[in-house]
Amino acid sequence: MTDGEATLCRPSFLLTETEPGSLSPMSEPRRTALDALHRALGATMTDFAGWDMPLRYASEREEHLAVRERAGLFDLSHMGEITVTGPQAGEALDHALVGHLSALAVGRARYTMICATDGGILDDLIVYRLAEQEFMIVANASNAQTVLDAVALRAAGYDAQVRDDRAAYALLAVQGPQAPAIMKSVTDADLDGLKYYAGLPGTVAGVDALIARTGYTGEDGFELFVAPADAERLWQALTDAGEPAGLVPCGLSCRDTLRLEAGMPLYGHELTAAVTPFDAGLGRVVKFDKPEDFVGRDALGAAAERAADVPPRTLVGLVAQGRRVPRAGYPVTDASGAVIGEVTSGAPSPTLGKPIAMAYVDAAHATPGTPGVAVDIRGSKEPYEVVALPFYKRRR
Amino acid sequence: MSINPEQLRYSKEHEWLSAPADGVATVGITSHAADALGDVVFVQLPEVGATVTAGETCGELESTKSVSDLYSPVSGEVTEANQDVADDPSLVNSAPFEGGWLFKVKVAEEPSDLLSATEYDAFIES
Repeated sequence: MTDGEATLCRPSFLLTETEPGSLSPMSEPRRTALDALHRALGATMTDFAGWDMPLRYASEREEHLAVRERAGLFDLSHMGEITVTGPQAGEALDHALVGHLSALAVGRARYTMICATDGGILDDLIVYRLAEQEFMIVANASNAQTVLDAVALRAAGYDAQVRDDRAAYALLAVQGPQAPAIMKSVTDADLDGLKYYAGLPGTVAGVDALIARTGYTGEDGFELFVAPADAERLWQALTDAGEPAGLVPCGLSCRDTLRLEAGMPLYGHELTAAVTPFDAGLGRVVKFDKPEDFVGRDALGAAAERAADVPPRTLVGLVAQGRRVPRAGYPVTDASGAVIGEVTSGAPSPTLGKPIAMAYVDAAHATPGTPGVAVDIRGSKEPYEVVALPFYKRRR
Repeated sequence: MSINPEQLRYSKEHEWLSAPADGVATVGITSHAADALGDVVFVQLPEVGATVTAGETCGELESTKSVSDLYSPVSGEVTEANQDVADDPSLVNSAPFEGGWLFKVKVAEEPSDLLSATEYDAFIES
C-alpha cells in the first residue's frame, strides 16, 4: 500500500494538505508547551503549519463522537495571537480588518477577516476586546506572520501598538456538551454569564487564563489562553476534572471533521486569497458602514455588487449516497457530466455516518435537492445530494 | 518486540502475505499501515476472479484524512474478498492481521523481495 493521488489527498501522516497556504520552514517544527504530554499519551503527531501537533491520540472517530456527546480537550497552541493596544487600537483594527472592531464591547469577541487590497481573504480571525484599549487577534497558524505583518503595516498611522504574542500563550480548548460542567468544577469564574463569543480573565485550576466561550467544533465550549509554563498543569487538571464526564484528549484530525460538520470554513480550503468574503457567502463580516476607511474597501464594494447581480459559485454542503469520500479539489458535476464546481473539504462524517463535503458550485446548481449532482471521485461519478449548511447543528 | 507476526511476509508497501495453503495465500495491510492511516472508512477490494499483479494497484483504502492505493504483494487470481471488511472497514484498524484481512489469492508467482517480519521491523524503523 502506498499513498495514492498524492496531489489531491495525502495520507494522515502527511497532513500538510490541510493548510496548503503554509510553507513549512526548513527548520525543525515548533513544539507546543504540551509536547511531552502528547507523546506520553501516545499521540500520532503531524507537521501542521510548521508546528508538530497531535493529529489523534487513538481513533479520530471516537474523539469526534466524544466531543459531540461528552467533551474533548484540545491543544491549539499553534494558533497565532497578536495583541493591539493603545488609544486608537480600535480604529487601527477598523482600518486593518473588514469588521467594525471599535464598536465591540469589552469582554466580547467577533469573527472577522483581513483582506488584501483586491478584496481577497488573507485570513479569517477571531478578535477579542480585552480592555478599552486592548484587543487580541487570533490568526490561523499558517497565516499568523502574514497577519502580523499586515496589521503592523496598516496600524502605522494610528496611536496603537501591535505586539507579536504567539509565544506568550498556550491555547487549550474544552469542547462538548459536558464542557460547562467540567469547567465549573475547576473555576469560580461566572461561566453562566459568559455568552457565546465572549471572553473574560479568570483563574482555572489555579492558573491565570483568558476564558473564551468560542470554538471550532459546533459544540458549546471554551478556549483557554494561558502562559505556556502553566499549560501542562491546566491540561492535567482538566483531564482529571473531565474524567468522570468522559472527556478525552482530541487531535487536529477530529477538529477538522467537527468543523466540517458544523459548516465552518477553513482557510486554505473554503477561504483563500483568491476569494472575497462575498464569494464565500460570508459578506456579512464586511462592515461598510463603519467610520474608518479600510483596506480592501473599494474591491469589496465591487464584489458585493457583483455578488448581488450575478450570484457567484455558492458554498454548499454535499452528502454522499455511497461510501467513497470526496476530497479537496475533486470536481463536482451535473447530470450531463459537466463540471459545475469543486470540493473544498470532504471527510467521512462520524455523526451522519456517511461522507460529506463542502463545495463551491455554480449558483444554478446550489439549491438543496438539485438533481443529478455528483462528485468525480478519481474517475468515478458518485451521486451526491446538495444540502444547506451546516450538516450538524447542536441542540441548544 | 515486534507486533508483526513471524509467519507472515511483508511488502515495502505495507501489505502482508500469509504462507500459501493449497496454493492460496491471504493478503492484508500491516498494523503499522493501519495506524498511519487512522480510521479506515471505505475499502475497495479486487473482485473474485480478478488477476492481481505483484507491485500493482488492486484496490484502495480510505481513511478520515486520506485515500491510499492498495498494492498486491503477489501475482495470481483472487479467490475471495473479505466481505466483513467491506461491510465494516474498521476491522482493518482493530484486527489488521486477523479479521481485517483483505483478500485471498491463488498464487501464480511470488516476488523474491518480500521481507521477513524482522526485515519489515527494520524497514519501518528506518
